[in-house]
Amino acid sequence: MDTTANKKKTTSRKSSKSGKSGFGKEMYLSWYELMLRIRKFEERALMMYGQQKIRGFCHVYIGQEAVAAGLESAIRPEDAVVTAYRQHGIALARGCSSDECMAELFGKKTGIVKGKGGSMHFFSAEHRYFGGNGIVGAQIPIGTGIGFAEKYKGTDNLCVTMFGDGAARQGSLHESFNMAMSWKLPVLYIVENNGYAMGTSVKRTSNVTELYKLGQSYDMPGEPVDGMDPAAVHEAVTKAAEHIRSGKGPFLLEMRTYRYKGHSVSDPAKYRTKEEVQEYKERDPIKMIEEATLKESLATEEDLKAIQDKIKQEIADAVKFAEESEFPDPSELWEDNYVQKDYPFIMD
Amino acid sequence: MARKLALRDALREAMVEEMRRDESVFLMGEEVAEYDGAYKVSKGMLEEFGAKRVIDTPIAELGFAGIGVGAAMNGLRPIVEFMTWNFAVLAFDQIVNNAAKTLSQSAGNFKCPIVFRGPSGSAGQLAQQHSQTFESWMANVPGLKVISCVDPADAKGLLKSAIRDDDPVCMMESELLYGFEDEVPEEEYLVPIGVAAVRRQGSDVTLVSFNKMMYPTLEAAEELAKEGVEAEVIDLRTIRPIDYQTVVNSVKKTNRLVVIDESWPLAGVSSEIAYAIQKYAFDYLDAPVTRVNAADTSLPYAPTLVEAYLPNAEKIVKAVKEVMYMKA
Ligand SMILES: Cc1ncc(C[n+]2csc(CCOP(=O)(O)OP(=O)(O)O)c2C)c(N)n1
Ligand SMILES: [Mg+2]
Repeated sequence: MDTTANKKKTTSRKSSKSGKSGFGKEMYLSWYELMLRIRKFEERALMMYGQQKIRGFCHVYIGQEAVAAGLESAIRPEDAVVTAYRQHGIALARGCSSDECMAELFGKKTGIVKGKGGSMHFFSAEHRYFGGNGIVGAQIPIGTGIGFAEKYKGTDNLCVTMFGDGAARQGSLHESFNMAMSWKLPVLYIVENNGYAMGTSVKRTSNVTELYKLGQSYDMPGEPVDGMDPAAVHEAVTKAAEHIRSGKGPFLLEMRTYRYKGHSVSDPAKYRTKEEVQEYKERDPIKMIEEATLKESLATEEDLKAIQDKIKQEIADAVKFAEESEFPDPSELWEDNYVQKDYPFIMD
Repeated sequence: MARKLALRDALREAMVEEMRRDESVFLMGEEVAEYDGAYKVSKGMLEEFGAKRVIDTPIAELGFAGIGVGAAMNGLRPIVEFMTWNFAVLAFDQIVNNAAKTLSQSAGNFKCPIVFRGPSGSAGQLAQQHSQTFESWMANVPGLKVISCVDPADAKGLLKSAIRDDDPVCMMESELLYGFEDEVPEEEYLVPIGVAAVRRQGSDVTLVSFNKMMYPTLEAAEELAKEGVEAEVIDLRTIRPIDYQTVVNSVKKTNRLVVIDESWPLAGVSSEIAYAIQKYAFDYLDAPVTRVNAADTSLPYAPTLVEAYLPNAEKIVKAVKEVMYMKA
């Protein structure tokens, strides 16, 4: 990927934030807690995958946590969010519990969707989380439609529609962008540019690698954001959300971020160098927050330790909860296919 | 002479041989070149043929399928790989509205010699969107041919025929069976599209299946043999055109038929076979035609639900006992 562009942005950001950016202790610690929850949740999930407690596809968000943290702190609980299959972090950010998310990965009936969705498909109406979508790019028009419904109902809510750099090449992006702009829909598009779509780097997919420019043919405003920094994400989302809520229509943010692991558990990620991965790990958002809060005396070692202990316990409890829960009864196969209760399935 | 080859290697040999033979053949799809294919079917092909003929696309199924259709209308022979057929859904406009209809709507001015290929069917706990079976969808469309075969030797011969065919062909493979090995002849051969294969001889009941369901079907046949029931097992290999005659001939001998099909039951391949048999072998039937399908629902993630959803040897044996009027 084009790492030089990313690096330039970061250095300028780094010196300007960290306490001086106006965010207080509470905000920093809440970002820290959420990012640590996501990181530890997924590290455990990978271990459990190794033990075959979790099966199927499993795409982790490790490295990208700052996007979830800065996003959630800048939007309202009533706002809607929809994303792709790399979604554990977004669901946790929305407030879905570690217990029900872990149980879902285990395929247990106590899972967030009763063990029916697995790693790619968490949903929670309660948390206005419209799910993990497995078909690349499908959530771009869906998120646009969720925003359409908010406008139709006359609310002040917006829909955050998240997708990857790979998904940005689907035609439905253009159809959605055009309609969202001409109808001034309250949609915040977030492209999480982690440099790769499976083994394909962004620069191998198009002449246009600055993804925030993709809305330009529709006059949609767009900006690049340092996606390794929750403060930068928070600021950019706050500004974009204001723009959207004022009735001006959609906004596109390109979060420049990185996934440390392979595309999914089965990908050895041979298409990139160790150095490249290391470069991003140097700027790990969790590590950076730890350093920044201590340096700026925003928090003490004890504050951080208390959060670490809390998360450690929470994730251990979640695994225990998942282990001890039961698999769904086979009869569940016939539930949730139709709202109609006596639907006549073919059962010959 | 034959040697053991995995399905993925047999499919690759088919493509490589045809690309060596005909300059106009090229391969296009997501991750097919530098990554060697998501399931390593095209491993090494970039090296041999270069980036002109082994082409990585962005994730843009509708676009690259359509580019394939245009290229086919203009004299090339594209092989378009879909990472799975679930994603080909995005490209159905180009497959169904264009590839299938080019010859008809141009009254023969243009043909569309293109192969759309990729895995179809469930592959473990992949949940609703990644577990669908597409044979009956595509077979419903006149203008398309549909192959669904996982026997390495036959799949190779069929894919070669598909690449040489002047009509658009959909090839259904299987994620779970890419690593499955069997004997494949060394020498060059083709397997004709539209001809079923009898995989096991028997006189008591006919079992018809295709793709990976062939394996539980053959397993059931072995189980049944222990109880003295000799099943004849037919691998359809092609879903359009369908080889009714081979099935009719078998049913005339066995008088009983069970169809095993991973598609959903409504308007599935099994429905079509049941119709044809009641029509052309009605007087030979000693029991109603029975079928074993995937459940009439979306496939969820949990292992208990996958188990309940899919056909397996046990369910097939039970269905056979039903048509044999045997105690379960
Ligand atoms: C329509 C469609 N095509 C292909 C796939 C297979 N696939 C799953 S993820 C993926 C890469 C997506 O990359 P990106 O959008 O950058 O998201 P990231 O994985 O980096 O989060 C591909 C090709 C799919 N799920 N859906
Ligand atoms: Mg990506």
